[in-house]
Amino acid sequence: MSAPLVDISSVSHRFGQHTVLKDVSLRIEPGSYTILLGPSGSGKTTLLSILGGFVTPSEGKVFIRGEDCTSVPPAKRPTTTVFQDYALFPHMSVGGNVGFGLRMQGVDGTTRAAKAREALALVGLAAAFDKKPHQLSGGQRQRVALARALVIEPAVLLLDEPLGALDLKLRRQMQDELKAIQKRVGTAFIHVTHDQEEAMALADHCVVMNDGRIEDEGPPERVYARPATCFSATFMGESTILAGTVTQAKERTNTVATPVGPVSLPGALPVGSAVVLAIRPEHLVFGETGGSVKLGTVEVSDVVFQGSFKRVLAVSVEDPSLHFIARLPATATVRPGDMVAVSCDTDQIILLTH
Amino acid sequence: MRRIVRIASWLYAIAVYGFIFLPVVVLVLFSLQATSFPIPPFTGPSLRWYDAVLSDVRLTSALVNSLLVASISSLAAVTLGFLSAWGFARFVLPGSGLLRGLITLPLTVSYLIIGMGLLVLFNWAGVPKSLLAAGIGHVVINLPLCFAIIYSQMGDHQINIERAARDLGAPEWKVLLLITVPVMAPAIFAGFFLSMTFSWDEFVISFLLTRFDTTLPVEIWNLLRSGLNPKTNAVGSLVFAVSIVLVVFFELTLLRRKPA
Repeated sequence: MSAPLVDISSVSHRFGQHTVLKDVSLRIEPGSYTILLGPSGSGKTTLLSILGGFVTPSEGKVFIRGEDCTSVPPAKRPTTTVFQDYALFPHMSVGGNVGFGLRMQGVDGTTRAAKAREALALVGLAAAFDKKPHQLSGGQRQRVALARALVIEPAVLLLDEPLGALDLKLRRQMQDELKAIQKRVGTAFIHVTHDQEEAMALADHCVVMNDGRIEDEGPPERVYARPATCFSATFMGESTILAGTVTQAKERTNTVATPVGPVSLPGALPVGSAVVLAIRPEHLVFGETGGSVKLGTVEVSDVVFQGSFKRVLAVSVEDPSLHFIARLPATATVRPGDMVAVSCDTDQIILLTH
Repeated sequence: MRRIVRIASWLYAIAVYGFIFLPVVVLVLFSLQATSFPIPPFTGPSLRWYDAVLSDVRLTSALVNSLLVASISSLAAVTLGFLSAWGFARFVLPGSGLLRGLITLPLTVSYLIIGMGLLVLFNWAGVPKSLLAAGIGHVVINLPLCFAIIYSQMGDHQINIERAARDLGAPEWKVLLLITVPVMAPAIFAGFFLSMTFSWDEFVISFLLTRFDTTLPVEIWNLLRSGLNPKTNAVGSLVFAVSIVLVVFFELTLLRRKPA
């Protein structure tokens, strides 16, 4: 087994009285694209700053390529950061910006210019070498920042919400390019975002963070299909959440009492456990002829047409505090006010203990 | 009725500007006087008195002294002001607000008090009255000004730019020299030119702290003691012209902002 490229070991961090990271451990493999996904205040940006060397953690250690980098300053560690506001040097040309890291390494002018041109070509901006940053659009500045960080061949590239300032269309386009560039250069990317679509599209390894802890981590397909926690089930994509208690446990089957009646599903939890059932919107079936698990009747409160599907919000008749989120085919004929039976299949229910 | 108001407001404006600029106009006008007394009637124009000023060794050496004191003391003031502004903007210091207040305090103290204080201090420390002493005095009065100008322009948006430079391997002194100074250049130049302007026609501190070699304002004062003549007008006009040039530089650097 190869050693991890980055090994974050039991890192905690406090800003004054406020604890922003609580005993976080994480390993990053070489050549991987890791996404740190979480809402604001989840500690993801602090974790990135700790990796970049801008913040020294209160506790714990950070190893990069096996070396203890916990308190190594940014200038001396094999990481570079693409900042959210790009942080280009306004008084230097694009070429000067991209060549800055090499200049600090003492690389001579001609080699520097050649390498800078190469890096700019990689991000599709070969023509911008002599321009000033203020002559470029947001997306172009983003690429310059990326080229500037990549040209010194870091072991890890850190991206702090790199697409946050771009409009939606450009964001999706840059997203595809980021992935392509990462595959081409083979550098490990660690990318912070609060956009779950971005996370699913880009990540090889998705780390869901909340309140200073890692809630869940793994391939995005796994995190989506089988989230480890209730938070992960609602933050990485949407879910309908049913709280309940295990009332029966036999032959690897649990029966869970929920506000919409008993639900049987595979599981080996002891009787009396408090559990949460999460169901993805695309797995809910509306109508009498549905799945094997009946989830009672709902009153449709809102239908949003989204092109390829309809997003339906509904309230349970049995328990009005219970909200269902479903994704129905665009051809489905549901209207607000409809009373419909809801069901799903047993194996689509995600059983969570917290 | 409206016309009367308009005319009255014009007259008022002319009176106000006349009040401000008439002395200067008179000064400059009679510096071009051809005869020996700067009193009407105007007998010029003639460059005779400018010629006299420029061939007066005491005045020209005082002029050179003034330029030297102004440029060197301004350079020192702007360097120290920049470094303290950077320190206050980038680091969390205990009692930061109080210390910032203290550093700008000399702006509110009269030059006479500062000059007297320095005189007593230098006397005690054994520093002789000299251009150096006056230059130090000018740093004392101009440092707070440079600090205030540069600090006001030092925003949080430059923090990430400095971080990026560090991240790319720049040691701290290169971050300052290659990134912060060029990015702050407009404020730094503005501070420098304003310091030059203030140092250039500063009298009280120079008067108290110099003896044999002295600055131009002190030399002019010496000249005035022997009574008015067009030569004093000519040298005064020269001082004024240099001040105007410096102020124009200051306005240009501070007010002309580059697009971000």
